[in-house]
Amino acid sequence: MTATTTAPRTATPVRARSGSGERLRAWATRAPLLPALVFLIIVTQLPFVATLVISFFDWNSLYPDARSFAGLANYGEVLTDPDLRRSVWTTVLLTVAVVLASLVLGLLLALLLDRRFPGRGLVRTLLIAPFLVVPVAAALLWKHVLYNPEYGLFNGLLHYVGGPQPDWISATPLLAVEASLVWQWTPFMMLILLAGLQSRDHQQIEAARVDGASDWQIFRHLTLPHLRRYLELGALLGSIYIVQNFDAVFTITSGGLGTANLPYTVYQTFYQAHENGLASAAGVLVVIGSIIIATFALRVVSSLFREEAGRS
Amino acid sequence: MNAVRRNAPGLLAWFAGIVFFLPIAWMALTSFHSESDAATNPPSFAAALTLDGYREFFGVDGGASPWPALINSTVASLVSTLLVLLLALPAAYALSIRPVRKWTDVLFFFLSTKMLPVVAGLLPIYLFAKNAGLLDNIWLLVVLHTSMNLPIAVWMMRSFLAEVPVAVIEAAQLDGARLPTVLRRVVAPIAAPGIAATALICFIFSWNELLFARVLTGVVAETAPVFLTGFITSQGLFLAKVCAASLVISLPVLAAGFAAQDKLVQGLSLGAVK
Repeated sequence: MTATTTAPRTATPVRARSGSGERLRAWATRAPLLPALVFLIIVTQLPFVATLVISFFDWNSLYPDARSFAGLANYGEVLTDPDLRRSVWTTVLLTVAVVLASLVLGLLLALLLDRRFPGRGLVRTLLIAPFLVVPVAAALLWKHVLYNPEYGLFNGLLHYVGGPQPDWISATPLLAVEASLVWQWTPFMMLILLAGLQSRDHQQIEAARVDGASDWQIFRHLTLPHLRRYLELGALLGSIYIVQNFDAVFTITSGGLGTANLPYTVYQTFYQAHENGLASAAGVLVVIGSIIIATFALRVVSSLFREEAGRS
Repeated sequence: MNAVRRNAPGLLAWFAGIVFFLPIAWMALTSFHSESDAATNPPSFAAALTLDGYREFFGVDGGASPWPALINSTVASLVSTLLVLLLALPAAYALSIRPVRKWTDVLFFFLSTKMLPVVAGLLPIYLFAKNAGLLDNIWLLVVLHTSMNLPIAVWMMRSFLAEVPVAVIEAAQLDGARLPTVLRRVVAPIAAPGIAATALICFIFSWNELLFARVLTGVVAETAPVFLTGFITSQGLFLAKVCAASLVISLPVLAAGFAAQDKLVQGLSLGAVK
């Protein structure tokens, strides 16, 4: 993908041809880089090229002899099949909802944790813990231990206040998946935003306070602009991971009830329906979506990066 | 009134911390309850404690033992982390301390491969493994987990190595120190905590990984997350067992995460945030 835009420039370095000693030294500098580069290109780029090729074939692995070139037919089918189209939409909804909710919650928590209070370190540790539960285990915890309509913790607590006893996953399947992901990703956002808050210019804030600025004015005009890049970074890194989410969808709803996102659909199309061509076309679409996010992500990371390089 | 105003954020933070931790605390408590006490409504907070859930999970009284899966996960995460370090350390060196020309382009190429979703290459990898007889083989997973973590590791490690002041390295070289000595005496002490944090984060990602493991392993090379997927469909009263399993399998990640806590943000944000 992006490899095609950046690799050629780096793969064929133009070096001053001033004798073989110079060239030897250039290769000596480059040598430590090569094992990692070669390994990555073989293991990540080659399979993607293969996916691209397979996506142009009508190929069901149960009927291997009936394999034929199909042109763009698979893409047409992916884009017109109601289930697959729905999974595109689900992916967008899931990613946007989880990233936004965990960013807002993470920001609130970071603002709370930015102040000194007794036991701050312990609270920080408690808040990080959800991010450090194995994703499948977290999904199982939400599915069986919290959401279960008969003996789950949520309905157990509702029981105390005489509330209703909803069947959370059947009633709001997508929201159920999203809530569990928000619980896991809020700590991640909080950590990034907290680091952002702590890198503020405190003298500037003191000066504003002396000049009579209110807490809200300071937040609106000093803190928020400073945090913008950190919010962008959190949103983009979060998107990259959540767009690819498989664990929560697979565990909580098994892709049922309209929660199948693209990664789950790709998995199901080739692993259960054995439609290799279709699955590859859907996979290529996921990649195109990721490239769009990635382009923005790379821009944000590189702007933070230049700022850091400029400082040192 | 002033005291309330002053203490409110702290109290609110404590409240939020407890709310976020509650599911984990409840999971831990439930894992020590008997199956019948675990599945009551309203919940039995003060029920008698027992190790039955853990006994069930470890298959003491029959049933599938989780040990092969735990061992597979340990092998996959430890070996892939080691491979990642072996490949990423020299690469990070060539991108920070003694940078190649156009080193930022190379750095961004590494990052771009991470943005290629797993599903994009899953099918060809599956077909290759099937034809090469590598399905259900833990070493294939080791290679894939290495490729999954390598780009992030290069970024993290570059950010940690870049913190070593160039002046110190040059001073050591002027004093006649050779490269191995410089690396051991000057670079390693400064970069070691960062390298350790990178290793811990790679370990976590590998231990957690499900999609590759689910598609490419079966009976023999099954990893711990794949073992957990056996609990997706309800099997009567099994909450205590599920909680025990989830907790035991999450323990290495919790331990690694808390060990890397100080460097966690810098690592996870690929060095963009200090």
